Amino acid sequence: MNTTAQNAVVFAVNGAEKSFGAVRALGGVDFEVAAGECVGLVGHNGAGKSTLVNIINGGLPPDSGTIRVEGTELTGRYSIAAARAHGVRCVFQELSLCPNLTVTENTRITHASLRGLGWRRRAHDLIRHKLDEIFPGHGIDCGRTISTLSIAERQMVEIATAFSETDARVKLVILDEPTSSLDAGLAAQLLAYVRRFVGDGGAVVLISHILGEILSTADRVVVMKDGKVVEQRPAADYSIDTLVAAMGSVVRARDAARPARDTSGLSPILEQRPREKTGAMDFAAYPGEIVGLAGLGGHGQTQTLVSLFMGQGGHWLSPRDSKVAFVAGDRHVDGNLPLWSILRNITITLLPDLTRFGLVRGREEQAVGRSWRERIEIRTNDLGNPILSLSGGNQQKALFARALATRAPVVLMDDPMRGVDIGTKQEVYSMLRAEAEKGRTFVWYSTEMDEVCQCDRVYVFREGRIVAELKGADVTEERVLAASFAEQAA
Amino acid sequence: MTAVAQIFRKPWIWAFVAAFGVWLVTIMFTGGASTMGLSRAALTFAAFSIIVGLGQMFVITLGPGNIDLSIPATMTLAGTVALKVMNTDNGLIIVGIAAALAVGLVIGFVNYGLIKLLRIPPIIATLSSSFLFQSTAIWYNRGLRVKPPEILADFATGSTLGLPNVAIIAFLVSVGAWVLLEKGIFGRWVSAIGQNMRAARLAGVPVDGVRFATYVLCAVLAAMGGFLLSCFSGGAALNMGAEYLLTSIAVVIIGGTAVAGGFANVPGIWGASLFLFLVVSMLNTYGASAGLRLLLTGLIIIAVIIAASRKRVR
Amino acid sequence: MSWLSADRLRLVVPALSLALLLGAVFWMQPRTMSYTGLNLLFNLAVPIALATIAQMLIMTVNDLDLSMGTFVSFVACVTATFLQSDPLIGVLILIGCVATYAALGVVIYLRNLPSIVVTLGMSFVWGGLAVLLLPSPGGVAPDWIRWLMTSKPPVLPMAIVASVAIAAVAHFIVMRSAFGVVIRGVGGNERSVERAGWSVLKARAATYALAGCFAVMAGICLVGLTTSADANIALRYTLLSIAGVILGGGEFVGGRVSPIGAVIGALTLTLAGSFLSFLRIPPDWQIGAQGAILIIVLAVRLLLNRRERAERSR
Repeated sequence: MNTTAQNAVVFAVNGAEKSFGAVRALGGVDFEVAAGECVGLVGHNGAGKSTLVNIINGGLPPDSGTIRVEGTELTGRYSIAAARAHGVRCVFQELSLCPNLTVTENTRITHASLRGLGWRRRAHDLIRHKLDEIFPGHGIDCGRTISTLSIAERQMVEIATAFSETDARVKLVILDEPTSSLDAGLAAQLLAYVRRFVGDGGAVVLISHILGEILSTADRVVVMKDGKVVEQRPAADYSIDTLVAAMGSVVRARDAARPARDTSGLSPILEQRPREKTGAMDFAAYPGEIVGLAGLGGHGQTQTLVSLFMGQGGHWLSPRDSKVAFVAGDRHVDGNLPLWSILRNITITLLPDLTRFGLVRGREEQAVGRSWRERIEIRTNDLGNPILSLSGGNQQKALFARALATRAPVVLMDDPMRGVDIGTKQEVYSMLRAEAEKGRTFVWYSTEMDEVCQCDRVYVFREGRIVAELKGADVTEERVLAASFAEQAA
Repeated sequence: MTAVAQIFRKPWIWAFVAAFGVWLVTIMFTGGASTMGLSRAALTFAAFSIIVGLGQMFVITLGPGNIDLSIPATMTLAGTVALKVMNTDNGLIIVGIAAALAVGLVIGFVNYGLIKLLRIPPIIATLSSSFLFQSTAIWYNRGLRVKPPEILADFATGSTLGLPNVAIIAFLVSVGAWVLLEKGIFGRWVSAIGQNMRAARLAGVPVDGVRFATYVLCAVLAAMGGFLLSCFSGGAALNMGAEYLLTSIAVVIIGGTAVAGGFANVPGIWGASLFLFLVVSMLNTYGASAGLRLLLTGLIIIAVIIAASRKRVR
Repeated sequence: MSWLSADRLRLVVPALSLALLLGAVFWMQPRTMSYTGLNLLFNLAVPIALATIAQMLIMTVNDLDLSMGTFVSFVACVTATFLQSDPLIGVLILIGCVATYAALGVVIYLRNLPSIVVTLGMSFVWGGLAVLLLPSPGGVAPDWIRWLMTSKPPVLPMAIVASVAIAAVAHFIVMRSAFGVVIRGVGGNERSVERAGWSVLKARAATYALAGCFAVMAGICLVGLTTSADANIALRYTLLSIAGVILGGGEFVGGRVSPIGAVIGALTLTLAGSFLSFLRIPPDWQIGAQGAILIIVLAVRLLLNRRERAERSR
């Protein structure tokens, strides 16, 4: 970094730290992006990419560290509004358009200055020209409602909206998995546009699980791991193999690689075939097995778990002998019953077993609660306290107890260790092992490599499908990473 | 002292405090002359709102958007059908009761059927179905006003040990509802669904079955309330359920049940029902007009909702 | 099939059903096929259309107004009394009404309240105020509104001319103006509108105030037609307005509304009343038929939504 580049720095953060409860998402990150450069940002789940993105777009203030935007120090005063004012835009993975409005109308929502007589024509011209520029021959009618567009078309509109300029200029655009729903041709158009935009002095931060894209488009690649930047070098210095190696850790000595289980004589306890002929692999789980679901976050693992659960029925009547129990990862959306005590949260799934003539036998319920508090060490002096009075890790333990307390032979786990401290994790790991020894089956979606490596067998997901199956000694970080990141768009 | 403090932390206490306050003010105005009469009337008339309010309570506890607007039509239809079936014959009382409850069952089926099949908000489903039930009642009734069998009429207006019979029935129903809610697995499931439907489903709660049962329960209780009310007032009138549309919702919310669902309580419904009746009779005693009574009732309901609400968290 | 997109279908279905109904009425009563005949058929459409637009605005931001009927009744009472005798006070009261609506929008948003329950409470308030103002039917319509509503424009009767004008104005405000985009955006994706730097609070307050304006106009026009008012004059409007929006292709959530569709829906409902009486549907079943129409419309919409989903996944 010479001094001339310093002047052109659009955004810089130094020593950024951010913790969520006990979990340290960023541990002192230095990151900067200069005008006329495209920075590729790579790293596996939990490396801190999305936290960093949220800091750049103003949505999340760091706990410590300085922020400088276009040479002005804005630490503590940086917000979404400030980011917008400085021309920082972000294309989110989740859709941020209004589905009930037309393409033109969504442009109006983004640009408050499009008002007064003739706003519709100006908005229409603005977005049409931008779409034409980025995706020539796109064929999108800007008068159409977003909800009638295909996912790819929506993504294109979203990208064009982010690059569109009125009196407010665009200086820096963050593209978070922008090609995830675009086909190869459209992706190539976008990446070519990114090069043109950068060539005209714009700045881009590009995040993608397709490493070929990163290598062909970015000038510089920043590799993150465990909340830190572990490497950054010009893109030309990397090949896909060296990049994958940089993301992974120094290969850790595994506690005696587990031999692959012999499942040939057994019949699977849970099975699922892909709905259409998509080239995806079948899913099957055998008794006593810990099956891992791996891959980058949000590539269809949770949907698979939920459909495995829902496939077992129980919508109208509570089945006497339920085959599956579910451990939620996103506690607030899928797990906690927030008004209830810890005890009631633990016993809800087991409740039919504790009921006679429709009435819950209170004493037995108490006993179950007490024994699980001992076994899984939920730190509270009274199980009658509200569930939300517990720390995140202990809430998660209560959700574990909810599933483990049942007689269900299969337990589905939706990345349940998110935001849990290391001590708790160790306790839960040994409990899982013990339960599996007794014949219970676990289907475990995890975004953490350590956990994936503890599984007997692993299915790797990419773009909503199972793309690889790894067994026994093959379950290694390198193999999982290699399968999670595609080299090229399909 | 801690026992007192404990009691004042209960969600239902304020409804009782308010009811008692209004009772006291009314008694003082009349110089104590009407103490017995007022208390008896309060228990009698509150009984009807309690019975239908309990059903509405289970429905509201299912979570945002769950409200049964067909309660008035259910009451009218059940009362009409039952009285006509009995045709003032004392020997057909059992048949009449069965007819009223059957009406409730069918309406519950229809309501949840619409909600599930048409995938529309319960409030719209029950609103549109209520028009069908209302018309059925008009058509079935043919403008006749059948009197209830004598035994039933006497029972509905009479007392046992100084307590109005309808209040005793309301008490028994409340005990049943309390057991169902606080001790039964059904109450747990309803509450779980109201807190987070997706989490409840993933925790193994049979969501469809429980919601269905709740709508049926609500309709059956409304039918029972309509049956008692028509026996009490000497015949079914076509508009007799009308005031219970808002009353059933008001008593649930004033009684401390969460508007957003997930938490219910039975005692509060008693406090709120007594309170609402006493406010009206107090305003009557002070010579307030019908308009003022409506106005104040509305303002009280809104004030309670706002007081019980929480600020938007972002 | 590309010209018949789901969006267009949304408007075609209500327009087609109106045309069908009108054809049926003409066939049964050929005399209605004239200036006077049409005027009679659509006489009451104007206030219903205005109330429907008001309800549609509330539904745009994912809320529901259950006090529409009592509010229009109250405005009618004000129009027939104060607005006629002391226009200044009358106008001030009506401005106060609009301000109250804006305040409701603010309170519902800030305290995160269910609009259904709050407006249910407000229906007591408006009802009480109306009864206080006009305990028995009476009052006199101001001359100017009487003149306006009974004027006879050339070619087409007033009811139709006014409906077209209402549809055009509402379409411009909601569908074409820069402001309309923001309020529909709030209904569609509140978070992203907020993230783009808009105040959701202001947008909601403005939407409620605008809805109040349309509802006020509905009350005034109603009195212009009926010449006098009473406290219960427009109670049906709550259901009619919701049904009109749905009939016209609007949705309960997601900011998907259509002002032109809503006016067509209101016209269809007005016509359905006449149609049912021509069909000699016994008066017993008049209300029930309304419920049945609503249920059928909802069922048709479900099919349309399926189609839309199929179109999208294509």
